[in-house]
Amino acid sequence: MIVRQILITGAILGGFAIIGSTLVAVTYEATEERIEQAHREALLRSLHELVPHERCDNDLYHDVIEVTDKALLGSHKPTRVYRARKSGEPVAALFTSIAPNGYGGAIKLLVAINYDGSLAGVRVLQHHETPGLGDDIEAQRSDWILSFNNHSLSTLSSEQWRVEKDGGVFDQFTGATITPRAIVKAVHHTLKYFQQHREMIFNTPSMPREVESRE
Amino acid sequence: MSNTSYRDIAEQGLWQNNVAFVQLLGLCPLLAVSNNTINGLGLGLATLLVLLCSNLTVSLIRYWVRPEVRVPVFVMIIASFVTAIDLLMSAFMHDLHKILGIFIPLIVTNCAIIARAEAFASKNSPGYALWDGLMMGLGFMAVLVVLGALRELLGQGTLFDQAHLMFGSGAAWLTITLFDDYQGFLLAILPPGAFIGLGLLIAAKNWLDQSKRKRTEATLATSNPDPLRLHPDQS
Repeated sequence: MIVRQILITGAILGGFAIIGSTLVAVTYEATEERIEQAHREALLRSLHELVPHERCDNDLYHDVIEVTDKALLGSHKPTRVYRARKSGEPVAALFTSIAPNGYGGAIKLLVAINYDGSLAGVRVLQHHETPGLGDDIEAQRSDWILSFNNHSLSTLSSEQWRVEKDGGVFDQFTGATITPRAIVKAVHHTLKYFQQHREMIFNTPSMPREVESRE
Repeated sequence: MSNTSYRDIAEQGLWQNNVAFVQLLGLCPLLAVSNNTINGLGLGLATLLVLLCSNLTVSLIRYWVRPEVRVPVFVMIIASFVTAIDLLMSAFMHDLHKILGIFIPLIVTNCAIIARAEAFASKNSPGYALWDGLMMGLGFMAVLVVLGALRELLGQGTLFDQAHLMFGSGAAWLTITLFDDYQGFLLAILPPGAFIGLGLLIAAKNWLDQSKRKRTEATLATSNPDPLRLHPDQS
């Protein structure tokens, strides 16, 4: 009799588990494509903010490679590099670099470098800096991030690639020096990496499709 | 609960037994996400939707689920709905979903939802359960939005900032900047601001309740000639 009770109870629990999983599976099937598309649109929007449509005609989303350099790109994990081209000629490379030493941990950056080595622009993709102090690095909040535009390794010396407090040319914010310092350093390092590997970056074939859809 | 009425349920959910003000449930997402109005509204809507779905389902199956396994079954139902809503938000409100991040999946752990399933939905008919879910959810959402608006107003001097994340780019006009060149009051946006803000709101609610009670007692006392039933203050 007890066995029967246990079986019935188990069956009820199992039944609901199946119904629940079905609901999730159906929703997943129905939204998978839309999520992938929303993800791609969001990414393309931030890429094209730095390299506008007029400047490139290739499929930025798929023209991507992964490179790893702990010292210069801030992570032991692979860093994505999107490549902008026009009529097959290289235009710019967009690095998803990481500034590992922000005040609230790693800051994810998007660093766009023109083929000639000058910066097309920098944006912060994700950060955990103090609201009201460190978050002036966001383009919506302040123009600070725009101060990188057009700079390169030749316009500024290594000593100048620092915040003003450390003798460089970039502003720090009142009350928040660590955040801008981390970003200036990461951008500088990314430029160095680009200088050393420019031809490799543009000549390596893109990653296969299946790998890149996984984030 | 034989004397349940729709009006009672509404009063309980929205005010007298408000999830956030009185039961003090679901405080983790409440305090974390209420740093601006739109975030609060987003999480409030998601929670409301989960509460509606779970209350209705739990009520519909209340005769089939044995007491021994009811909690795991409730948790499974809630988790399935939350996952489904998480996916839907990621698909249709991608930017808002990115901001709310972990707090959408964490709705599963909002005690308010399983508490309503266990305490109300599993004992009442679907109509009442749905209404209860709606009122409890609205009550929770109202607190999220009010606290979010308060913190946003004090913290950065705006209201409905980033409305376009939720309603599309056509809704950018919703954003109201109340003070130009406002320097910002950092404390309001940081976690302490959430605790202090919620504390003040609860105090305000209690004060309102108390003054209302005093007034009704006063009118009762004056309309009642029997001296034995006078309020002690007036004797």
